[in-house]
Amino acid sequence: MITLYDYELSGNCYKLRLLMSMLGVDYKTVPIDFYPGREHKSEWFLKINPLGQLPVIDDDGLVLRDAQAILVYLASKYDPSGTWYPRDEAALLGEISQWLAFADGITGTASAARLHDALFYDFDVEAARVGAHRLFRILDEHLWFGEQEGRIWLCSAAHPTIADIACFPYIMLSEEGGIPRQDYPAIRRWCDRVKRLKGFMVMSGVFPAGPAKAA
Amino acid sequence: MSKAALCSDRVLLNDWHVVADLTNLSSDEPFHTRLLGADLTIHSRGRYDKEVVRNDTGTLVKSTKRYGFLWACLGKPERDIVFVPEAEEGDRHLVTGGSIAVRVSGLRAVENFLDMGHFPFVHTGWLGDEPHTEVAPYKVELTAADELVATECQFYQPVASPTAKEGFIVDYVYKVIRPYTVALYKSNPVQKHRLDVITLFVQPVDEDNCVAHPFLCYLKEGIDEAGIRSFMQLIFAQDKPILENQVPKRLPLDPRAETPIRADAVAVLYRRWLRDKSVTYGAIPARM
Repeated sequence: MITLYDYELSGNCYKLRLLMSMLGVDYKTVPIDFYPGREHKSEWFLKINPLGQLPVIDDDGLVLRDAQAILVYLASKYDPSGTWYPRDEAALLGEISQWLAFADGITGTASAARLHDALFYDFDVEAARVGAHRLFRILDEHLWFGEQEGRIWLCSAAHPTIADIACFPYIMLSEEGGIPRQDYPAIRRWCDRVKRLKGFMVMSGVFPAGPAKAA
Repeated sequence: MSKAALCSDRVLLNDWHVVADLTNLSSDEPFHTRLLGADLTIHSRGRYDKEVVRNDTGTLVKSTKRYGFLWACLGKPERDIVFVPEAEEGDRHLVTGGSIAVRVSGLRAVENFLDMGHFPFVHTGWLGDEPHTEVAPYKVELTAADELVATECQFYQPVASPTAKEGFIVDYVYKVIRPYTVALYKSNPVQKHRLDVITLFVQPVDEDNCVAHPFLCYLKEGIDEAGIRSFMQLIFAQDKPILENQVPKRLPLDPRAETPIRADAVAVLYRRWLRDKSVTYGAIPARM
């Protein structure tokens, strides 16, 4: 069974819970006292992840860190449909990797602003907000042009991929860092599509979508 | 944050307020916060000595440590820090729950803490679920100690606490102790005749911002501190976006400003009690 070293308010932990819920994978969690206890920097945890970061999973002795890397692993191993991370489609894999890196950029900006505002992290919040808006603008245009071409997910496929899961959490939580999404209508529509996927689950601060309007 | 209006309510200026969880203070870096509109810097001199300085005047602010928090009083303290009797009981974890900043008046945060009506909608699957949405009538009274107490509060909760294994009807008692301090007593799922206690010390940062500092006294049986903090933060982070979207951000004290229902009996009395104490900071005063 998979063990997830977890912190409830972490968007990077949430994206793993989300994918596992959508894949129907059983897992258990070990709550880490990330805040205020800084247990992820404790001696015992640094032996599991010397970077002192969450999330980490342990799948029958295979220990993996880094949210994006773990998404790749989970989809490769536990998705019988092979659509979340299609191993044989080179171009699509390239696109997915591109958006996984983009998700790290969102963590470095939107998530940093949230940690500053809610949990008193000593970050340059103005720089973090400007950085997040720059990424959101790029993403919104990408999604808007995609909608014109009939593409409703981040990558060029008729189905969502782990790229969508990777980018979703810290976009949804951006308002807690003082980053409103009013100016990004295509992002808001895409967020609602993610929320309507089978197996979707919430985390604290993320609410379920209302029922879709009939076209 | 931009400059904020300073507070002139005596009852607040001459009281103690939490300004930081001691866990969040490092001896390497000063910690910046704000209390009642006054910007403060907390210096740690070594591991134990803490100094709180007002940025506008450079003067030292009275401070002390208790319950794992650093407390400050901008005026002359007229009474001691709130006493939590359960903190003396040896079989309880005493845990700071994780201080979280919220963009809303602290009075709104206190009132939300007192509200059972939102459980099924905001804490779905944890503190409530549909169709169990009715708030049964409960009692509210002002005690001789000038505290507001709500008793006979009952609510069906699917997962009432970190150790709950099944849903059950949970008994609650609420107590408003000071304008910005509120406590909740709820039945422990293992020893159902005893109560877990959460005291929420709300730091009035300025009129539109607060920090919620929860202090938890939970029976130790079957639970560790990480589990208690995790559950507290799970629940509070569900409230946070709701609180931050309340309009107006300050609490209106005029009885005609917002229409209460029967379930809001304790909130109605809380607002009246604030009026009687002439608390205006973080509030929209009643029209005369």
